[in-house]
This record gives sequence, structure tokens and C-alpha cells, in this order.
Amino acid sequence: MSEFFGSPHALLVLVLAGFLPNEIWRMAGLWFGAGVDEGSEVLVWVRAVATAILAGVIAQILVQPPGALAGVPDGLRYGAVAAGFATFMLTRRSIFAGVVCGEVVLLTGKWWLG
Amino acid sequence: MSSVASTVLTLVLFATYLGIGALAHDSHFSLGWVLGSTLLVWAGPAQIILISTLGSGATAVQAAIAVTVSAIRLFPMVVSVLPLMKTPKTRRSHLVLVTHFIAVTLWVECYRLLPKVPRERRIAFTHGLGCGLVTVCMVATTLGYELAAKLPPLFAAAILLLTPLAFLLSTARNCRQISDVLALVLGLGLFPLVSMLHTGVDILISGVTAGSIAYGVHWWRERARA
Repeated sequence: MSEFFGSPHALLVLVLAGFLPNEIWRMAGLWFGAGVDEGSEVLVWVRAVATAILAGVIAQILVQPPGALAGVPDGLRYGAVAAGFATFMLTRRSIFAGVVCGEVVLLTGKWWLG
Repeated sequence: MSSVASTVLTLVLFATYLGIGALAHDSHFSLGWVLGSTLLVWAGPAQIILISTLGSGATAVQAAIAVTVSAIRLFPMVVSVLPLMKTPKTRRSHLVLVTHFIAVTLWVECYRLLPKVPRERRIAFTHGLGCGLVTVCMVATTLGYELAAKLPPLFAAAILLLTPLAFLLSTARNCRQISDVLALVLGLGLFPLVSMLHTGVDILISGVTAGSIAYGVHWWRERARA
């Protein structure tokens, strides 16, 4: 069981750095939500910052890739994502088509490069 | 259960959690840990942020700050969706589990599906939908984790690429205003520059800066229009 869950310390970090900082906003919505205007300016800023943080993490995975993704040349990683995005735009924003295209470019590119 | 199976978003969600499982494996987390994160955190962006910040050596405090900023967006989702389920007899404690399930997928699906459900049954319906989605995602997390461990590097890399692809495209799809588009573009462009500074809080610096610039442009345009 200890192998399955890893160290107790890691689980404590999961609760303190993952679960609580995330859940607090859901519960805040449940308790204090009645008086907040959904379209308020603060929430526009919050959404912009949250979007930019997620964009930063996407960039981090592409620029400093973890594990097996690091074995793919930089140009091919960026090219696959660019191809996926182009397909997404051309198919009237189909996430499915974009993801499939990006994956196909990555797989054929890596296979072709050997 | 048929509602779970019928959502097109479930497919994207499945791919996302395959990617999260694979990312956790290659960032050296245990399977139990990442399953716990799917069950407890239940928000793809927060999980990706948690795994990649901790995996790249950030402290728990730095990770917690990045997670909590990304989670603020859950607040307006909860605020907007709960009125759909309330009846005069509903107590706040009845809504705790529903509130935990709220993330972007459930939020979108509630707007689509709840109008077809009688009001007094909506909480039970959402419990079922939420449990179904969490179960599907725990299966996907396990599958992604095991595939990353056992597949040859070529296919493991393909599964890891699911995360940035699925999140980039679903974020692009959710862009409603000019500030959202700018935040996405600036956030992508600014991170590689800020990461050269090696501050340990690169994600926060680039995110808050890009987001605030995007908001500033929105504010300036609104003012120019008025």
C-alpha cells in the first residue's frame, strides 16, 4: 500500500498545496455566492490571470518538457501543437480534430526522424 | 450514466486525464497520489499546475499560491450554477457534494442538461453525473499513468502531448472576450522569457503580468467606447 500512495509527506503536500487552495473557492461560492455579480470587473481580471497562468503552464510543458516528451526535438513539439491549433481553427473550433491532428504530426514526425 | 456517456466533452476530459496520469508518472509521483488528486482536487488546470510546479522543484507554498489563483475561476462557476438546483426546501449542506463536483465540464453540462430534469431531482441528478465523470477520469488517470510507464518512448511522448494540446484548445474555445484571448497569447509568450530569470515563481510572475496587461487592454477599450 505504501508503494501505491508514496510517502505520507507527499500526500500531505497534496492536501495542503492541492486540495485546500483549490476547494476553498468552491466553498466560498457556496457560502458567499449570493451577493456577487457574475459579470463584475474583478472577475474579468481574475479570469484573465487564471487563463494566463494556465497558458504559462502549457508553455512550461512545451519548453521544459517532462520525461518522454523531452526526447522529441523542440521544432517537432512546437510544430505538432501549431498544426493542432491550425486544425482547431479550420474545423470551426473542434477540440477533437485539433488534438488528433497534433498527435498525428508528432507520431509521424518522430517516426520519420527515427 | 447515459448522460455521462453522451457528452462529447467526456472524450476530451478522458484525453486530458490520460495526459495528467502520464504527466504524474514522468514527474515521479505515485499512482495513489495522482488518483487522490483527481478525486480531491477535481480540476484539470489545478492538477497540471500542482504536478508541474512540484515536479520542477517549486516549494509547496509556491505551488499552493499558483493553484489557488487558478482556482478562483471556480467561484463564479459555483455562484452561477447553484441557483439552477435550489428549491425552497434545499439546505446548504445538501449542496456541498454538488459544489465539490463543479469544474468546467460539469458547469457546461449543467446548463445543457438540467433544464430537462425536474427541479426537485436536480441535486440527485448532478450527484450521479459528478460520480460518473470522476469515475471515468480516475480510470483515465490510471490508464495514462500505466501507459507512460510501459509504452515505448514514442507513444509515451504522444500521451504527454495530450495535456498541452487539450488545454490549449479548450482554453481557446472558452475565450469569450478580448481579455481572455490576450491573456492566453501573452501568457504563452511571456513564460519562456520569465523562466530565464529562474525566480522559482516564474509561473506566477508571467501569469499575473500577462493577465493584468490583458485586463488593462479590456479596461482601456471599454473606456474608449464609453
